[in-house]
Amino acid sequence: MYSSEITQASNFVKGVDLTFLVILGISFFFLISLTVLMIVFIYKYNRKRHPVAKQIEGSTKLEIIWTVIPLLLTLLMFYFGWAGYKPMTKVPDDAMEVTVYGRMWNFSFEYENGKRTDTLFLPKDKPVKLNLVAMDVLHSLYIPAFRVKQDMVPGKENNFMWFEPQKEGTYELFCAEYCGLQHSYMYSYVNVMEDTAFQSWIADTTQVLAENIDSPTATGKRIMQNIGCFACHSLDGSRLVGPSFKGIWGEEITVVTDGEERQVVVDEEYVRRSIYEPNADVVDGFNKGLMLSYEGQLSEEDVNNIIEYLKTVN
Amino acid sequence: MQSTNAVNQANYLEYRGRFKGLFGWIFSTDHKRIGLLYLYSMAVMFSVGVLLGLAMKLELLAPGKTIMDAQDYNATFTVHGVIMIFMVVVPGLPAVFGNFLLPIMIGAKDVAFPKLNLLSWWFYVAGVFLVLAALLFGPGTPDTGWTFYAPYSFKTGTNMLPAIFGAFILGFSSILTGLNFLVTIHRMRCPGLKWSKLSLFVWTLYGTAWIQLLATPVVGITLVLVALERLFGVGIFDPALGGDPILYQHLFWIYSHPAVYIMILPAMGAISEIIPTFSQKHIFGYKAIIASTMAIAFVGYLVWGHHMFTAGMSGTAQYYFSLLTFLVAIPSAIKVFNWISTMYKGSINIQTPFYWAISFIFVFMIGGLSGLVLGALAANIYVHDTAFVVGHFHYIVFGGTGFAFFAAIHYWFPKIFGRMYDKAWANIGWIVFTIGFLTLYSPMFYLGMMGMPRRYYDYLEEFHGGNILSTFGSWILATGFIIIIVNLVRSARRGEKAEMNPWKGKTLEWTVPSPPPVENFDEIPEIAEDDGPYNY
Repeated sequence: MYSSEITQASNFVKGVDLTFLVILGISFFFLISLTVLMIVFIYKYNRKRHPVAKQIEGSTKLEIIWTVIPLLLTLLMFYFGWAGYKPMTKVPDDAMEVTVYGRMWNFSFEYENGKRTDTLFLPKDKPVKLNLVAMDVLHSLYIPAFRVKQDMVPGKENNFMWFEPQKEGTYELFCAEYCGLQHSYMYSYVNVMEDTAFQSWIADTTQVLAENIDSPTATGKRIMQNIGCFACHSLDGSRLVGPSFKGIWGEEITVVTDGEERQVVVDEEYVRRSIYEPNADVVDGFNKGLMLSYEGQLSEEDVNNIIEYLKTVN
Repeated sequence: MQSTNAVNQANYLEYRGRFKGLFGWIFSTDHKRIGLLYLYSMAVMFSVGVLLGLAMKLELLAPGKTIMDAQDYNATFTVHGVIMIFMVVVPGLPAVFGNFLLPIMIGAKDVAFPKLNLLSWWFYVAGVFLVLAALLFGPGTPDTGWTFYAPYSFKTGTNMLPAIFGAFILGFSSILTGLNFLVTIHRMRCPGLKWSKLSLFVWTLYGTAWIQLLATPVVGITLVLVALERLFGVGIFDPALGGDPILYQHLFWIYSHPAVYIMILPAMGAISEIIPTFSQKHIFGYKAIIASTMAIAFVGYLVWGHHMFTAGMSGTAQYYFSLLTFLVAIPSAIKVFNWISTMYKGSINIQTPFYWAISFIFVFMIGGLSGLVLGALAANIYVHDTAFVVGHFHYIVFGGTGFAFFAAIHYWFPKIFGRMYDKAWANIGWIVFTIGFLTLYSPMFYLGMMGMPRRYYDYLEEFHGGNILSTFGSWILATGFIIIIVNLVRSARRGEKAEMNPWKGKTLEWTVPSPPPVENFDEIPEIAEDDGPYNY
């Protein structure tokens, strides 16, 4: 959000906002004065008041003036833009690293100790480096309150951004690069907390997944939220990009395998294969190729938790 | 310049050649008829684009689903963009007014290659039909945005190939028109019409033609590569095959940024004709305006990277593109200063084209100044890919080119159709349209500054207010557009007969009858030493 009350949300806010201020200030000055000048001319030299035009073909002096002054002003603007941007490219060595996975259509965040969340948790006043990994198509990680944005390019090495959150609070985090059907739902939040609170939160890897974890089913649901299953698979039976999970456990369904239809029962083996090889058996009536394998991203235990949860979705 | 040329010929609207009726038009090599063919086809496509735009704005009236679901919305903004960019503003003023006026303004009977000129229009129509076929048939309407960014454009299951091929053909139409105009301007100027006596509209067509000729092939090549990638998986852009998606962006913008100047330069040219005529005064800084036109045409090639500041270029490239982007702003500023100075001590006759011209200057200033925000690295990082960018380019492309187009049609209408429109209704149309425009696009700057990303089907509650206002503006704009179109269509058939030179202009087209005869001139005019296009 562009508002003064959170101007200290990150270390880049000052440089970016100053650039805006300089450019918008100069721009409004020119817009207003040129518009007023134009209106004055139109009024004053209206045919009724000024029936005969005075022919003036130009003035070299004026041309030079109005080339040089805008040149200097734009160089000034360039300078502010450059000065505000430069620090964004230099990551401090002691920055905490978080890996961000972007896929159609959600973000997930992996911390140095392996903890994984769907919301970005960060300590206040510590530099953070986000390593950006795009799993499928272009995405762009955008946190307006921090004034940062960086495209996530599939296959690109050294794809990163950094900043230092400077104010506690919850901020929006968007995907800014169009990435298909659910692009506008690809957003999450950044939760900035005091360093001590963050340290105890991150250290607690048993509590991987926020509060209220009492059963494998809750863990399963939380894992699925973190990796974004529900962007494409509903829990209430409504049809999204992929089939709904509602009442799916134990049902016999028609799938397409290598171009041929066959019947399968949704059991542990089927779910496991659908997660690791999503395009092997595609439920009839849905498109192939939209889901990517979660091989290497979800452990056996994660998948078991997911299976426990799916059994309960009715 | 000189009042020549009584009529010994039928005018071009009534002339009957080898064919009658519709065939007499679609097989006519007369540059004036071809200009009108473009006008009518573009008017149809523009109306379709406007309807799609209205549907998008209606969808964004409230968060959540309003009238369509996400897939339809994504297809709608893609098709809106493809139609408006490739079929309306890229052909834009050169295809309509360039074709109609260029030969007359340089005292020629036609363009250098009349048959090639007709072929360009045929290519245009073929491209249009191919793209429309992509919408109606096959596995789904393209949903990639008009930029066709890789790798999404290879992954989507929608009907991309016909759309890409259509855009490719449209590119050829543009290249051939550019080539034709270049040769025409070099070879076919009437005796005495030195380069220093060319009207400014012709100068901008000249600069534009070079861009059309040199930049458009790049997008043609790029689109071919996308097609190869989709068909055979050659792996140029697809990271899964070792390709580079950022390379696609470079190739795309190497054309598509200069394309913005294809759109805006002729618009500036039209404004440079209208302001002197209605001020009854010599254009201020003729040579400075020409120099700035050529500077824009040249430097415009070198700034494409400013579309990619967040894409992950090297730091040095970022600084270079940012600096050059600021430099290309200066020639545009010079033009604005010269236009306003032209009004100084003029004798201003306020008529509809002049209203459009001054509102062009106003919205173009907003568009240009918001471009400075986007040219600055730090600010760009914040508002890139947000509604701010959407506001900015609609101010330039629709506010700039669109307003200039309406200025031009109201200025040259009596020449083209030989009839005058209803001036009162034209002014009402202008004011309603302008208010609608400002209401529609201004909130986008605010939404972008708040952090609302673009191409969003749905949005968070905090963005609601700005979107309501914007949607409301789209209805006002549409009302204005209907008033303008009804007035013009009605007047083309039933308006009062127009004089040869209703606005007291000095360029050559005002020396021939309205509407002009088939071959424009009975005798090729000669320009005397002390004549000039702005010697009032």
